[in-house]
Parts: sequence; C-alpha cells; structure tokens
Amino acid sequence: MSALPRECPKSEITLKVNGKRVTVHAYAMDRLLDVLRHDLGLTGTKEGCGEGECGSCSVLLDGVLVNSCLIPILQAQGTSVVTIEGVSADRRALALQQAFLDCGGAQCGICTPGMILAACYLLHKTPQPTAKEISEGLSGNLCRCTGYLQIIEAVEEAARRGVLT
Amino acid sequence: MNRDHIVGTSVPRLEGREKVSGQARYVDDMVLPGMLYGATVRSQIPRGKIRKITFGQQIPWQEFVIVSARDIPGKNCIALIEDDQPCLADGVVNHPEEPILLLAHEDRHALPMAVEAVSVEFDPLPAIFTIEESEGRREIIGGRDNTFKTILIEKGDVESVWEMADYIVEGEYRTGAQEQLYIENNGMIAAFEPRQGLTVWGSLQCPYYVHKALMNLCGLPEDRVRVVQLETGGAFGGKEEYPSMIAAHAALLAFKSGRPVKIIYDRMEDMAATTKRHPSRTRHRTAVSKDGKILGGTIDFTTDGGAYATLSSVVLSRGAIHSGGPYHWPSVRISAKAVATNAPPHGAFRGFGAPQSLFALERHMDHIAEVLRLSPVEIRRRNFLRPGQTTTTGQTVSDPIDLGRLLDRAMELSDYAPKKERFARENQQGSSKKGIGLAAFLHGAGFTGAGERYLSSVVGVEANKDGTVRVLVSSAEFGQGTKTVLCQMAAEALGLGYEDVRIAQPDTQKVPNSGPTVASRTVMVIGKLVQSAATGILQTLRASGLLGESYSAEEFRRACREYVRTRGELRSLARYEQPEGIVWDEEKYRGSAYAAFSWAVYVATVTVDLTTYSVTVDDFVALQEVGKVVHPVLAKGQIIGGVAQGIGFALYEKVVWDNGRMQNGQMTNYIMPTSADLPPIRVYFEEMGNVHGAFGAKGIGELPMDGPAPAIVNAVQDALGVSFDAIPLLPEDIFDALARQEVRPEHAAPAQKNP
Repeated sequence: MSALPRECPKSEITLKVNGKRVTVHAYAMDRLLDVLRHDLGLTGTKEGCGEGECGSCSVLLDGVLVNSCLIPILQAQGTSVVTIEGVSADRRALALQQAFLDCGGAQCGICTPGMILAACYLLHKTPQPTAKEISEGLSGNLCRCTGYLQIIEAVEEAARRGVLT
Repeated sequence: MNRDHIVGTSVPRLEGREKVSGQARYVDDMVLPGMLYGATVRSQIPRGKIRKITFGQQIPWQEFVIVSARDIPGKNCIALIEDDQPCLADGVVNHPEEPILLLAHEDRHALPMAVEAVSVEFDPLPAIFTIEESEGRREIIGGRDNTFKTILIEKGDVESVWEMADYIVEGEYRTGAQEQLYIENNGMIAAFEPRQGLTVWGSLQCPYYVHKALMNLCGLPEDRVRVVQLETGGAFGGKEEYPSMIAAHAALLAFKSGRPVKIIYDRMEDMAATTKRHPSRTRHRTAVSKDGKILGGTIDFTTDGGAYATLSSVVLSRGAIHSGGPYHWPSVRISAKAVATNAPPHGAFRGFGAPQSLFALERHMDHIAEVLRLSPVEIRRRNFLRPGQTTTTGQTVSDPIDLGRLLDRAMELSDYAPKKERFARENQQGSSKKGIGLAAFLHGAGFTGAGERYLSSVVGVEANKDGTVRVLVSSAEFGQGTKTVLCQMAAEALGLGYEDVRIAQPDTQKVPNSGPTVASRTVMVIGKLVQSAATGILQTLRASGLLGESYSAEEFRRACREYVRTRGELRSLARYEQPEGIVWDEEKYRGSAYAAFSWAVYVATVTVDLTTYSVTVDDFVALQEVGKVVHPVLAKGQIIGGVAQGIGFALYEKVVWDNGRMQNGQMTNYIMPTSADLPPIRVYFEEMGNVHGAFGAKGIGELPMDGPAPAIVNAVQDALGVSFDAIPLLPEDIFDALARQEVRPEHAAPAQKNP
C-alpha cells in the first residue's frame, strides 16, 4: 500500500489571478502560495517561513492582504488574487516600486514583493500615513537587510508623490 | 569623457528593477526539465554510532533515489580549511541534524513522509554542549582534545603591570548563538551531464568555495564543475560555508539519478541544521592606573565551534584581534581558543567573531569606568589609540584618525550629556527608567593577516564587440549592492557613465576567482582590483592608438568595437598583490592584521519598562569613519540594517538549545526585530580616505554589527544601575537580576584595589 499523497483526490479550483480567470487541479489543502508558484509560474511571491510570520508570500485576496502560505487553495475558490506580477497595473504600486528604488527600500529583494503588496494595501486604506502608521502597517513583513527605515521612507515618498500626481 | 563623479553618488541599484517587480530569479524560482526534489534524513541525536537504518514499509521506495555515504565518488568531506566535516555521516554522528541519507523524488509532496519513514537507530555516546563541558574534557568529541584552534597574541610584558596597577578590574562576558535569518532559505539545484560535467545553481556567497568542495567530493577536475550564483535573498555569512554542503547533496542525488535535483530547505530545517554565530565567553583582567589609563591586561576569548572545525579558526582570529578594540594597550596577552561541542557547527555571521569580543570589551570599559568613578566617555577618551601607536598585534595606526574628536561628535549628535543628566533626575520616580550608553570600536577590512595574499584574487574587465564593458568577478550580490558599487567604480575608472558598464553573474565558468564575498573585503579589495583592471583596458586601447587622451562614451565604444573586430578579445585581468608595508607573522600573530580599519562610535538611548521588564531602544546614533562613501543610499542601508541585526543580537534573538538542538527554529519563537520595534537609527559618516581601497574606500558591511549590543547593554546599566554581562538580554533576565539585586548588590566583587 502506498501512502503517498497522489492517492488523494485533487479538486478543481477556479479563481481570478491578476485579473485572469484560471482553473487549477490541486489538493484541497495545497497552499495558495504553491499554486501560484508551481502551477501558475508566478514566482514573484516568495516563501520565507511557511507559517505566516514573515509576510514574504503576501498577496491581495479580494483586496485584502493575506499570507498566501496560510491559505488552503480550496479557500481561494471564486476569489480574486493579485500578486506582485499583477500589481503593476496599479498606479500606487508603480509609485511604490520607484520609491523603493530611489530610497534603498530593496536590498536582497526577497521580502520586497511582499513588502510592496503590504505597502499598497496600507496606502489603499490610508493614502497619507504617518511614519508610525507605516511601521505598524508593515510590521507583519520581515526584512533582515534594511532595518526597515529606508522602506518606511520609500512608502512616505510614494504617498507624497501620490498627492502630486 | 564623463567628468561627473559616479563614485560617491546614489546611482540606481543595478538589479533593483527586477527586485521590486518580482522578476528577480532566486533558486527556488528555477525549474529544470525532469527535475527531482531532494530531501535530507538527519540525525536525531547529538552523538552516537549508527546501528541500523530501516525503511518503513508504507513507502514505494523503488520510486526514490537514495544516497548514502557509500555513493560519494571522491572524498566524504566538505572541503574548507580542515577536511573534518563529512558530507554524509558514515557510521557515526557528532551533532543533531547531521545529514545521514539523501532522498529524491519527482513529486515534492512525497518527500516529507518518506523522510519520516526512515528510522535510524543509534548507539548513543555521551555528548557535550557548553564551553565549560568541552574544557572539562570528560569526553573528547573533536579537534585536538576538544580544541579546534588556539591563538596567542602578546604585546609587552603583561606580568610586569599588575604591580604598577592602582586597580585591577576583572569581568566575564558572554554572547549567545545568533541565527542569520536571511529571508530566503538555503537552496541548490544540481545537474550532471557526463560530457559537460556537474553544474550547480544556488543561493550562495562564495562560488569558488562551493567549486572546491564539489571537486573534492566528486573527484572531478576543475573544468568539469561549474557553480552559478543566482539572485540570493540575504546571506550575512549564513551562505558562506553551508551552501557547499547543500550543493554536495544535490550533486550526489543528480549523479545517482541522472536528473537535475533541487534541494530547498524549509525554515525549520534551515534554522535547525545550518550555521549560527559562535557563542562566546570572554574574560578580562585589566590593570588600570588611578588616572584611568589602561596599563595592560589579559583577555581570554573562547568560542563554541560546534561539532566540526569549519570556519572556527578564522572566526576566532578576527574575534581575538578585535578584542582589544580601539584602545592602546601598552601590554596585553590575548589567549583565544575555539572548542568543540556536539552542536551543529557554528559559522560565519556578519562581524565574524568581532561582535562577540567587542561586546565583552565595551561592557568591560564601562565596568572600569564605574570602578574608577569616571564617566564611560572619559575612560574611552583616555585610552584611545592614536596615530603612530600600535594595536595589540603591533600594527602601527597609520590613519590620521582622531577618535577623541569622533567621540565628541557622537556625544553631540546623541545629546549625550544633557540626556545623561536628565535621565538621572527623572529616573528617581516612575515605572520606567531611561539610560544612555555608548560603544567605541573598529573593524578590519579584508581577510585577516596574510589571508588576502593567499587568496590572491583575480578580477577581470572585458570590452565586448558591441562596445560595452563588463566586470568579471566571483563576488556575489546578496543585498549589499556589490554589482552596483563595482560598476560605479569601473565606470569612474574608465571615465564612462554608470549605464555603460555591465557586470557578469558569478559563474565559475565565466568569471575569475575574486575570492569569497565576505570579510568586508568587496569594496576595498575587489573594488581596487576592478579599478586597476579597468585602467588596463584604457591603457590597451590607448596603446593601440584607438583611443585618445580624452574621449566621449561613444568614442570609447567605437574604440572597443574596433579593437575586438581587428584584434580579438579585449580583457584585462588584475591580481591582488599585498601592498608593501603590510607584513603579517602568522606564527607569532604580529604585524598588520588588516590593510585598513573603519572606526566608529555608537550611542543608544533606551527605556526599561519596570512593569514588563522590556527594553525599548528610543534613539540610536551610528557615527563612523569609512574612508569614502561610495554610494550614500546603499552605505546608509548597510549601517541601518547592521544596527537592526545588532539590536536583535542584544535584546531579542535567543537560540534555545536542548541537547545541541535548536528548540525554537521558527520565526514564531525566534524573534527578530520588526518595523515596529526599531528606533530612529541616525547614520553619520566621516571620510578620510584609504590608500589601500578603491577611491579611498574601506569596508563597512560588518562594522555596524559590532557596536549596537554593547551600547544598548551599557544604556540598560545606565538606566537601572545593574550590570548585565550576557546577551541576549531578555525581560526575564532583567527581572531576575533586579530580584537578585535586592538580595545582594552586584559588582562589588570583580574590582580590586591594589594596596
């Protein structure tokens, strides 16, 4: 008798990813993170800890910031997911990406996609955040390189530029 | 010719666009056709003999590739400094998580249960877990009598100073293990083709370390092993030596299966099995005159190396050399040793021994000040090294550094005196206490001693047929900005724009061996070689008559195109040569330990909450002299990031051990600072140049790791009037100390006044 997982049935799941409807066949408890990376080839979403602590796998699920490592794919049925690959359609995200480049918000880059999504979500809720609101808003996303200050500066800068445009 | 300076300006990070858009390719983003996934069966016990390995019946084992030590074609070791660490345990294990077997399967879902289904039975042997147990030698588990390396540094006659001393101040200081906690876990992909040989792609700092380890393990010649560094998601030393192990494992599975194999660690495996900062114990005994001058002293610096030698000898060396700090020791005896325990080997982590010994020294300086009733500022000022004086290894300070002035500026920037006075007043009441503390320190750039001469790094710059220029180095980018700064330097040297210069991805088939990306050496040593190789291109073009004294970027491109078309390849190589005057005696540990030192004074302001016993850092001033700031935004980022790691080292990051195994190997219970935990970190640079570095630059990567922990713990002592001599300093430690203090005032014991 084999105990390998392939003996379990896969489910057909339909969801929208970056505006496109996709159907995948996956184990019900497969993580949204793995479906995005393995099945859909969207590798911009990163795995850091696999337990919802580091935020590297952040995506927007029906407009809400989630850790995709904690979402069983079954739960994503019928939802709309936006990843770093799709976020560039958003004016705010473009401003954030540019500000991250200008202010030194990205060093090794592994937390950056998640950080940009978290910052997008923050600016969506609070277009002109204070430094404290930014540091609290991003506190679910760990970065080991920057010490965060240049990330916070980048978000402030993006918010400032958002007013000008 | 472009007359604007490029070095010294914040040009766009070379690979920044790919990183912010999620397009940058890390090892786990790469998939090869027919690729299998690999996993590792590890030791569950700290020490013992492997009696039997059983494969559980519920798994279809015929579908798996299984590799044991018997499948290793070459030597079963991970070649580094000493060849004592096996690639796979062969009969015995010496630490928890030691690799025993490798499994691969095409379905990654199949691996966790297969690993689980392998049971290894052991005949356990007694194990040791602390420096003291190792020194006790009840069990000899590694090295020579449990010792991997000893170092003795002697200056003057320290035995003659005790009699002259007005005070003899003693102290013992400890630092814990610290996890590098790069956000990208370790990972490698290996593929083997009988004709082309072995190729590995991965997350790593030192392509040629991996290359050497694989040649040795696989018995393959140099040209049949290729190592390619992919985008690397943080490293901090944690990807200096251990990637060789993972590459070796992936390679063995690829050999046996004939298919590409990917091994990616998950967070728990990465934290439990890979290296951490060496735990340390430092004992100081210092003779001081009543006017606050250090007359001499002894420093015993001991590190826990874990089960195999790996990098312990060189970590020990840097730690020992830095243990005297930026002070003048008329005489000193530094005795250092790295001991063996049955923990996974400890390894490289930003600072490389210096944060450990400098924590001890900078706490000890505050203790000396306390004994002499001097201020922490004054005790440092009176003992600073001055140009012309010699360090503990007898190296003459050649920088025109004025540490007293650096100290004054740090005091002013941090509002030290007014704060100190105000806190003393305000701490009389209230449920929280504030304190301010400082640390003065130095960090040597480049490999220690003769290290750079042995490495003999080679750097290339080539001109291509389309007229573009490319830098060729094995120095890796993993967040610090290696590619950006080396391109800046090449552009500056060539008189071109930043955008006119490219840099190759580190690939041992395409780039020369410019050594490992470690030791704060890239900007200073590699940068200088890039500058010199670039100059070689200019000289060749000029000698060929294709380029005049002054030229535009377009004229330069045209000259390159013309050269390549008519004469073929245009490549200029530069090899490191030890500058005159840099002399090191490895036997006696005397001479120029480093070509250059960066110098710093850091000041921390803290609040200790007496309800929760937690420490909050309220303000942090980081002032340093770094030779030349090559890229202001990146340099500032290095300092802030290093300070943040230092705050973690001091206050949050505790590895909980049980029988040599990390018990809290998750981000849930191993706590690093979040964006909500950090103070304003105010960064200031001074630049006095450096003849040994490109454009006057010194190293800065490790420097900011050295100062935060002692500055913060000194500030906590200032707040509470209680001494803490071990880190990490957690709320429970503060609670315990305050409870103890009610019984017995601490600190009277170590100081003794000579009659």
